[in-house]
Amino acid sequence: MDYFAQQLINGLVLGSIYGLIAIGYTMVYGIVGMINFAHGDIFMIGGFIALITFLILISLGLTAIPVILLVVLLVSMAITALYGWTIERIAYRPLRHSFRLAPMLSAIGMSFVLTNYSQVTQGARVKPIPPFITGGYTLHESPDGFVIQLSNIQIMVVITTIVLLAIFTWLVSRTRLGRDMRACEQDQTMAALLGVNVDRTISMTFVIGAALAAVAGLMYLLYYGLVDFFMGFVAGIKAFTAAVLGGIGSLPGAMLGGLAIGLIETFWSAYFSVEYKDVAAFSILIVVLIFMPTGLLGRPEVEKV
Amino acid sequence: MTAPSTNTAKPATGIAALLKTAFTNALVALVLFSLMVGIRTEAGSSGQLTYWTRFGELASLVAVVFGGSIVIELLRQWIGPTGAERLVPPAVQSGMSLIGGYLTPALLIFTLLVPVIFYDQRYILDLAILVLTYVMLGWGLNVVVGLAGLLDLGYVAFYAVGAYSYGLLATNFGWSFWVCLPLAGILAAFWGVLLGFPVLRLRGDYLAIVTLAFGEIIRLVIINWQELTGGPNGVSGIPRPSFFGIPLDNSDDGFAAKFGIEYSPTHRIVFLFYLILALALLTNWVTIRLRRLPIGRAWEALREDEVACRALGINTTTTKLTAFATGAMFGGFAGAFFATRQGFISPESFTFQESALVLAIVVLGGMGSQLGVALAALAMIGGFELFRGLETYRMLVFGMAMVLIMIWRPRGLIGHRAPTVFLTKAQAISSDLVKEGHG
Repeated sequence: MDYFAQQLINGLVLGSIYGLIAIGYTMVYGIVGMINFAHGDIFMIGGFIALITFLILISLGLTAIPVILLVVLLVSMAITALYGWTIERIAYRPLRHSFRLAPMLSAIGMSFVLTNYSQVTQGARVKPIPPFITGGYTLHESPDGFVIQLSNIQIMVVITTIVLLAIFTWLVSRTRLGRDMRACEQDQTMAALLGVNVDRTISMTFVIGAALAAVAGLMYLLYYGLVDFFMGFVAGIKAFTAAVLGGIGSLPGAMLGGLAIGLIETFWSAYFSVEYKDVAAFSILIVVLIFMPTGLLGRPEVEKV
Repeated sequence: MTAPSTNTAKPATGIAALLKTAFTNALVALVLFSLMVGIRTEAGSSGQLTYWTRFGELASLVAVVFGGSIVIELLRQWIGPTGAERLVPPAVQSGMSLIGGYLTPALLIFTLLVPVIFYDQRYILDLAILVLTYVMLGWGLNVVVGLAGLLDLGYVAFYAVGAYSYGLLATNFGWSFWVCLPLAGILAAFWGVLLGFPVLRLRGDYLAIVTLAFGEIIRLVIINWQELTGGPNGVSGIPRPSFFGIPLDNSDDGFAAKFGIEYSPTHRIVFLFYLILALALLTNWVTIRLRRLPIGRAWEALREDEVACRALGINTTTTKLTAFATGAMFGGFAGAFFATRQGFISPESFTFQESALVLAIVVLGGMGSQLGVALAALAMIGGFELFRGLETYRMLVFGMAMVLIMIWRPRGLIGHRAPTVFLTKAQAISSDLVKEGHG
């Protein structure tokens, strides 16, 4: 039981990270109708930028950890968002009215570019950082000595996710930008006729998605203490699985799917085998798409001629 | 005097706008590259991260972006608005089609003669075999992507199934290549059906992701099922192919001794060359024949419009399934060939990058065009060889090329979308048959 509770905590934390990435997938899919294959690599870039900012701040002699974290968060969100914007501009916008496989292939190309770009610029080796946020709470100690730990970093990941989700939900449901986004999602032509700047709205979608991925990258860096150039690929597929599981196009669904994938992966590793945890996640993707193509919270898609 | 003034004013604003665009681009590049290029991190010997600055590289990259955007912007103004179809003069067009008509036989004859011309150059022969392997993979995937319009991102899984089928059957049971080759194809096709059956109802991009997941699952299972596959160490000691039962070695009943010629290790290379050439041509021939059959026509119809297909009574699931299985079978053949050529296989060879490479060959070649795929494979693998020393840069360039091709020519170099079979003359249909009037 204690073991189960500990795994539950770990799974929820991992799921929060997946959920943050999944939102980027689901938003872009909802509006442009394409799978942004490079989104996982944006997450990786976010992690790297966070790492470099950390290094610079520490070598500048900053010691106040909350200040460092805030600066790192803002810098990494800003620069990664610019990456998202640039990629949309270069690789996706010219293809918006091309045939349907073109944006997907372009996205795959972009994913290779980003992966190898960070390999070329930062080297192939894993980059570890020392733990910044240490300590935690012991929730329960069983007689046989098993301890349920809730570390501060885990609390931070979950709280950051909740705060960001609140801001994000407000953004989508209450602001002008959110209204434009929802309008573009329903009918781009009609939205354009009614004075919505479709290009700008789509750009902003990529910017927001990338910024959330950057937060996920930072959380990953803090939680696991390392980044490497290849981590975007698998994390990207898992987050996509989460988006599909939650119902692609649905924002609460993405978060829900992320939590589900995080829990499934953690429990699978804990009770079955660590080696096959990725197989489990990928199998879920296949199973969900076969039996529940609309996901948990998605709307059924009507095929139009 | 007004005309010259407007003439001079126009380039002036043009230059201002040009510089502004270039400046903005450079600024964006500066922010993008500032940390990733300007700072280099590395884990030190004690595990402590260190960093050093590379502002020189950063500055030159930003300068390149600045200059590059000026050049691109100038080119754009010079060439004219994009999207305008450039008309090709009829004479050039007919000349092109004349060349096109002779190109295929000429290429085929040249390919047949490659081992004769380059008999002494082992490197070129090896490269030619590699190119032909990718030509075959490209033609196999072309059935799925080019003809049926299904985006398959896990094609390498079938390649892996074929390779491991031959590798394991040959090392465990000692079966010969010629027995295993069809088996490898059948097994790969079987896996294709097994995967395809449940997932082919999905829409295009969902299908892509599912095939990608499937490819990864196969690779992960190969890595982790160590008792069967040897895990990351792979399968080694896979027997070399024999000349229809006669081993191509230096022994007394080897190929050289039997035919009374002097032994040379090149014999095997030449044999492998013709083997893969035959397999590739088989793929090509089957594809061309299938395109003229109802099933091939159904594939092409499916690519153009799935809903219309369904309305016309085509069973889309079986149609997709046959395309998937046919493509998978050729992937399996190519895998078996790969295993016998290398003598050693490991999961390293079957990563997503391979899938993407084959897909890029098909897309670059123009989906559906057999000649285009062959030329694209030559260009792609040849290009990879040029970047041989720059291992990390070549995937970077590959990715950029993929994006640029999609922007520049989304239909590939030789776009081929015309249906293989069509009515040659228009037929008027009686108004009794179509209520709206003439058909």
